[in-house]
Amino acid sequence: MFRSKFTRLAALAASALVLTTGTHAQTGKPTELKIGITTFLSGPASVFGVPAKHAAELYIEQLNAAGGINGAKIVPTFIDEGVGSDKLLSEYRRVVQEQGVRVMLASISSGSCNTIAPVAEDLKVMNIMWDCGTEKLLEDKRYRYVVRTQANATTEMVASVLYLLRVKPDFKTIAVVNQDYAWGRDSWELFSNTLKALKPDVKVVAELFPKFGATDFSTEVSRLQALRPDVILSTSWGGDLDTFVRQSAQRGLIRNSLFVLPLAESSLERLGNSLPEGVIVGARGDHYFLHPELKDDPKLKNFVQKFKEKTGAYPIYSVYHMVQALDGLVAGYDKAAKSNKGQWPSTEQLADAMHGVEFRGLTRSVKIREDGQGLEDQLLGVTRKAPGYAFPILDKMAIYPAELVTAPVGQKSPEWVKTLKPEIINSPRIKTFASADK
Amino acid sequence: MNQELFFLAILDGLSYAALLFLVALGITLVFGVMNIINMAHGGFFAIGGYAAASVGIWAAAAQVSPLWSFIMLPLVAIAVGALFGGLMETCLMRRIYDKDPVLQLLITFAAFMIFEDLQRMIWGTQPYSVSEIVNYLGVAEVMGITYTYYQLLVLPGVALVVFFALRYFLRRSLIGRQVVAVAHHREVATAMGINVKRICLLTFIAGSALGALGGALAVQTTSWVAGIGAEMIVLSFAVVATAGLGQIEGALIAAIMIGLARAFSVYLLPELEVLVPYLIMTLVLLFRPQGLFSVAKARRV
Repeated sequence: MFRSKFTRLAALAASALVLTTGTHAQTGKPTELKIGITTFLSGPASVFGVPAKHAAELYIEQLNAAGGINGAKIVPTFIDEGVGSDKLLSEYRRVVQEQGVRVMLASISSGSCNTIAPVAEDLKVMNIMWDCGTEKLLEDKRYRYVVRTQANATTEMVASVLYLLRVKPDFKTIAVVNQDYAWGRDSWELFSNTLKALKPDVKVVAELFPKFGATDFSTEVSRLQALRPDVILSTSWGGDLDTFVRQSAQRGLIRNSLFVLPLAESSLERLGNSLPEGVIVGARGDHYFLHPELKDDPKLKNFVQKFKEKTGAYPIYSVYHMVQALDGLVAGYDKAAKSNKGQWPSTEQLADAMHGVEFRGLTRSVKIREDGQGLEDQLLGVTRKAPGYAFPILDKMAIYPAELVTAPVGQKSPEWVKTLKPEIINSPRIKTFASADK
Repeated sequence: MNQELFFLAILDGLSYAALLFLVALGITLVFGVMNIINMAHGGFFAIGGYAAASVGIWAAAAQVSPLWSFIMLPLVAIAVGALFGGLMETCLMRRIYDKDPVLQLLITFAAFMIFEDLQRMIWGTQPYSVSEIVNYLGVAEVMGITYTYYQLLVLPGVALVVFFALRYFLRRSLIGRQVVAVAHHREVATAMGINVKRICLLTFIAGSALGALGGALAVQTTSWVAGIGAEMIVLSFAVVATAGLGQIEGALIAAIMIGLARAFSVYLLPELEVLVPYLIMTLVLLFRPQGLFSVAKARRV
């Protein structure tokens, strides 16, 4: 009896010792830095999640080969976002509380970010939102531990409207076909409010929100053919976007209306020649493997090449966002260590340093504002067939500086977009690039 | 809504109903004979689509004429049905025919999830698609609206052919009559010398092949992504429940009802599009809990 009690006590003491040394290792300079990454490994959004995971593995290997962060090797743990928000949250807590992870990269889905952000703040764990777009999260509340290393939905939608108005200033009617869930609805609200502010005479002739994951758009296509809108917007992504584009192309709808697809950079290679020329495509950022300023930049070029070797495909936006998050983290640690006299920073110091940090991923540099929102420029272009590629590339590209198209700190996007003035369409701060062969 | 749009909505609704019917038919056939609601049916739909896409990509690379699709797609469906359906029947279903329905539901659902992972293992997570046959057949103008011949003729055509062939088979052929006999009463059928085991296997393979055929036809216009089976299975259950489980003719009518209602809602009340199939199902089940076409008698097929 005594013996068993004694051994149990000893075991307890021993495990307590292990635990305390474990946490000590984190405040002193650790040999390895464990980070958690949530990404979709199952379900429809795995079209983003799986390439992003490949990117993380590839880029972390690259960072570690160069010495890691301040000498600490990065060790990632991946969590599948496709399991649903309850399970995701318990996995998130498990990694943070049981494995002692102090930095999380979460998430792709705005729903996941909404769930996780307050929990990260509670757990005092550094959370980098690496791909989700909801602008509301950082506008409604101030977070210490939560930052975003890329643009939000406002930046993306305002830039899309501006590009549309530059390419086709004189259209009269528009229709929308978006997925029936938060992103589809919210992005349309931002887009339509911006459009109303800049071009009040445009008439919205149809607002269609087919089911998320719909496999058949034939009725939508028929109705749009009957309505003949000048412009058709769809902020859909993944299989939904591919299917909609394919069915529209098969039935000639794309020839009659100008398609605006702000997320289609991620579908270009898959759609191949189903996607005709002259479609407006956005990239959720300024990243593109043929970036007009940086396509010969060694960092971008090498990574694109390595990624293509590993996966057989060109990187899509989620890949760039993943690299951006990792580069942002490295920059944050560097900045925090500097202000901590070269010592390994605490999570609090890291979190404070992340606000205001400026870094470069694969394309133009990103700055994180004091509210935690990243300022990421936006690239848009028009599809064009090109020799050497089995899919259309982007032409007549334009890059929109993030400050121009993002609601300033402290302002809420829905109100801010209503205050936009038409002068912004031709702002000299927008950088435009001539057609490649002219 | 003018007359033209009314006609267009009917065209859209019918081509969608055709696909819905093919998938629902497999579920209803299996239920009719074996009294099991097969949740894994969505898996056959998904695998059928992936397999057809792989074959289509291969055929395009080998420069096979797209017309061969008319032979290849049914063959793919039968192969998928025989392989995956046959495997599932002999390894799983056979052991649970006389078990509690809840347990059966759980086990077929588990099989569905295994199939999901299997798809991810084989085909990965990137979307697949082929559309050679759709492009080959071309488009037709109907009142100023462009339709593909594929959706106007092929989909409804295949659905009708399958429907009449199955009816003929069940009523006239020897094996078909044995299937009906097993559906009537298992024990009596056994006593009369029918090899029930074999009939069950055949029926299950046929049901699975129908699901796979739905997938093989749908992938020609749809991008195939992870999780697509779950989407389709829910809607086909709505069809089957509306019709009454085990009702083949009923499934056809319910599929047309739901297809048309969905198309009309896109024209009239797009906000309701997602909801319409379930509204119809709820309405029907409120007044006829056994479904529209179920009658209180032993025969189910």
